[in-house]
Amino acid sequence: MWHLIMLPVVLPMLTALIIMLPPVHYSPSRRRWVSMVSSALQLVLAVLLLLQVQQAGFIHYAVGDWQAPFGIILVADNLSVVLVCLTAFLAFGAICYGSAGEDEKGSFFHPLFQFQVMGINGAFLTGDLFNLFVFFEVLLIASYALLIHAGGKNKTKAAVHYVVLNLTGSAIFLFALAVLYGTLGTLNIVDMAQKVATLPAEDQMLVKSGGLMLMIVFALKAAVLPLQFWLPATYSAASAPVAALFAVMTKIGVYALLRVYTTIFGADAGELSGMANDWLLPAGLATIVLGAIGVMASHDFRKLVANLVLVSVGTLVSLVALQTEQSAAAVLYYSVHSTLVTAALFLIADVIANQRGKAADRLVSGRRVTQPIMLGIMFMLGAMSVAGLPPLSGFIGKLMLLQSVTDPAKQVIVWTTILLCSLLVIIGLSRAGSTLFWRVSGTDSGGDKAAPLQVFAISWLLVASPLLVIFAGPLTELSQQAAVQLYDTQTAINTILGSQTIVGDGL
Amino acid sequence: METLFACCIGFLTFCGIFLMLRGRTFPVMLGLTMLSYAVNLFIFASGRLTLRGAVVLGSTEHYADPLPQALVLTAIVIGFAMTAFLVILAIRARADLGNDHVDGKLPNMGAAKRESR
Repeated sequence: MWHLIMLPVVLPMLTALIIMLPPVHYSPSRRRWVSMVSSALQLVLAVLLLLQVQQAGFIHYAVGDWQAPFGIILVADNLSVVLVCLTAFLAFGAICYGSAGEDEKGSFFHPLFQFQVMGINGAFLTGDLFNLFVFFEVLLIASYALLIHAGGKNKTKAAVHYVVLNLTGSAIFLFALAVLYGTLGTLNIVDMAQKVATLPAEDQMLVKSGGLMLMIVFALKAAVLPLQFWLPATYSAASAPVAALFAVMTKIGVYALLRVYTTIFGADAGELSGMANDWLLPAGLATIVLGAIGVMASHDFRKLVANLVLVSVGTLVSLVALQTEQSAAAVLYYSVHSTLVTAALFLIADVIANQRGKAADRLVSGRRVTQPIMLGIMFMLGAMSVAGLPPLSGFIGKLMLLQSVTDPAKQVIVWTTILLCSLLVIIGLSRAGSTLFWRVSGTDSGGDKAAPLQVFAISWLLVASPLLVIFAGPLTELSQQAAVQLYDTQTAINTILGSQTIVGDGL
Repeated sequence: METLFACCIGFLTFCGIFLMLRGRTFPVMLGLTMLSYAVNLFIFASGRLTLRGAVVLGSTEHYADPLPQALVLTAIVIGFAMTAFLVILAIRARADLGNDHVDGKLPNMGAAKRESR
């Protein structure tokens, strides 16, 4: 059972290898089955890991039994494991959707998908910053290839920008890591937290520059204002199941920001504590505004959903900048909700585009969709949830967000921005919905009906929204626990590093 | 030695950034390669520069920090893979889009067409 924490990383990798080997590789149906069964298994494992973490409180695993400050460790606390569960849940839905036919439009869909899941899980579970970089690269190289899956001019164009930007991001990441290693002598996250607390004054500026370079990298991954221009083009160009999986990628940036600026540069970091907050709060709020304007201005539904991702990222990042336990809890609940709902909307957009003939998902009057009632209900559920209207999870998420802002000065600006932009989002979504479903020219509808597997995948993701409301009690408690655990840096240091005495000062 | 090393990294970074800001995919790719060389040297320097130091502890009094060397190896391997991918992607973009501009279209192509009419 102690090795359970490795499985979210190892299982997708093995699955990808199995899919590429002969008995499975030559038959599309076998590839699909292996991929789907493995993802279902990953979901079960993630939930088991969550139960284990609930019992043990905090699990760390030294890979190859190399002890903590020198070897690479994996760390599972409530925060990271909840996000691993989220990834598994999302990946299962996306793979089901892809298996309905999208996966055969290019080669190696399933292996690449599994490799990306491996990278995402690894990024959530790692306790070492260099290892985080490596997992970032694993998930990125898989995402580069997945982005151009099925081909086409738009995808290639978006991919060039996406790849170049992310390679630059990786270079900055490495610069930051080298600066931090050069001054702190370690890249283990909790060990860094310990070293930062006792940092001599002359090194502080260097560490600060390293820390702020990390902020640039994570802001690029999360798509925060000056670094977000790649997101709408990339997400709207990607094929539907890939875009659905990409919905969780921005959350990795948010997670990394949360981890680095609470654990390493948290309350104990002296002068360096909270150094990113002054940047992240305005940038996050501006991202919300820009995303909302983007929602209003979008000409097609996929772009609109991509802009909704921006709105949710802006909301999360401005909450991360508040640096309180309540806000961290709200961030966790809201990321789960927003990831699943935006992913569902990407899939719905694809089905609508397939059924409207030439008009595709452009917001112009076009042919009637083939299944107006089913798609209409799905669209309405998704839109209500993402906009934060009462009965669904978006409402509770927003409520938690707004409640966590307690400082009156910040309350004014954060509440106003979030609420006004929600209004813009509602207007944009209702305009999109009425155009797609009501402004129809002619009565005939020629598109194919959605495959049962596609309907299942969308429902799988959408049903999460009411479930998040029904089980809101235990789930908010869980996010609260995760937040408390995240802020309890001392326990983490004691559990991970306490078991052995550190000889001398690093090497 | 430190000054020379720092100047070298600085110059590589400068060239890398300059090339990355060019409009065509090939210079951009070269720029990213230069930047990754600069990064690799920089990581190497983060363990302090030691002349003739062994990376194996215990065999000698005079040793160099082994960890940055391991980090550099990882970074080099990843950098290679990413560059290789970018090369292929750039060729694909050249074929798909009909030109090698990073935005997929030449910036003054519309104007040139209008003039030629």
